[in-house]
Amino acid sequence: MTKVVLPELGERIEKATVSYWYFKEGEKVNEKDDLVELTTDKATFNLPSPCSGMLSEIYFHEGDTVNIGEVLAVIEES
Amino acid sequence: MDFRVFNLGLVDFKKALQFQKETFQEIKNNYFNGALILCRHYPVITVGRGGKIENIKVPLFELKNRGIHLYEIERGGDVTYHGPGQLIAYPVFNLNYLKKDIHLFLRQLEGLAIDFLSDFGIKGLRYKGLTGVWIDKKKVASIGIAIRNWITFYGISINIKKDDLDNFSLIKPCGMDIEMTSLESVLNRGVEIDNIKNNLIDKFRESYKDEKTHNL
Repeated sequence: MTKVVLPELGERIEKATVSYWYFKEGEKVNEKDDLVELTTDKATFNLPSPCSGMLSEIYFHEGDTVNIGEVLAVIEES
Repeated sequence: MDFRVFNLGLVDFKKALQFQKETFQEIKNNYFNGALILCRHYPVITVGRGGKIENIKVPLFELKNRGIHLYEIERGGDVTYHGPGQLIAYPVFNLNYLKKDIHLFLRQLEGLAIDFLSDFGIKGLRYKGLTGVWIDKKKVASIGIAIRNWITFYGISINIKKDDLDNFSLIKPCGMDIEMTSLESVLNRGVEIDNIKNNLIDKFRESYKDEKTHNL
């Protein structure tokens, strides 16, 4: 199981909002695919998938706020 | 950081976006570290990820009747209008070679727009929580960006021509009840966009000249 973690985004940035999931739970993803888009201030940014596998569970959905370091989802590696 | 400069002139929004994406790929493939794309757009309304269609104040057929395209796009921010009276800068910069700090990049865009206005004796302001540049309480520059793999696209639009402000009445700019202003409105004289583009390019160069290119 690989965790998808919200990384550091810059000094004094503590959180971001999920704006778009590129995949649904249960779908296969490849390493480096755009997995999820988040928004902070007037910027959107992507998190690429850290590995290939199945996106098994999403913890934060569109509109949810995520803190830096929190786990957004888990991927079952293939 | 050195960057290439591309002047697209008056260009359709979608064509400029395609050019940004091609430039993005070249930067992603490490052909170079950054590009500054300057342009103006035919009348267009764009809705960012934070945006609501309800912030367009007229029926969509009214936009069509006026020849104004509408696009929902992946930048941050709400609704905005672009027209030929704005100078738009799209920095496609690889932040892997600068600082991987999203808010810092937004503040830098505000800062260089404020420096650009000071060339004309105008005091631009920034307000915390209201990203963009203001003259007193009127907005003169709007910012919205997207970052993919720490490479930026979209950017900043600065209102230059007074007569292009009218179309802002079709929307709630940035989802707020705010008044827009322009360089010409404040200076009370005509300003030719072609004559001032280099001022903006210079501000980008000054802002990033001391940023060392970090090797990955």
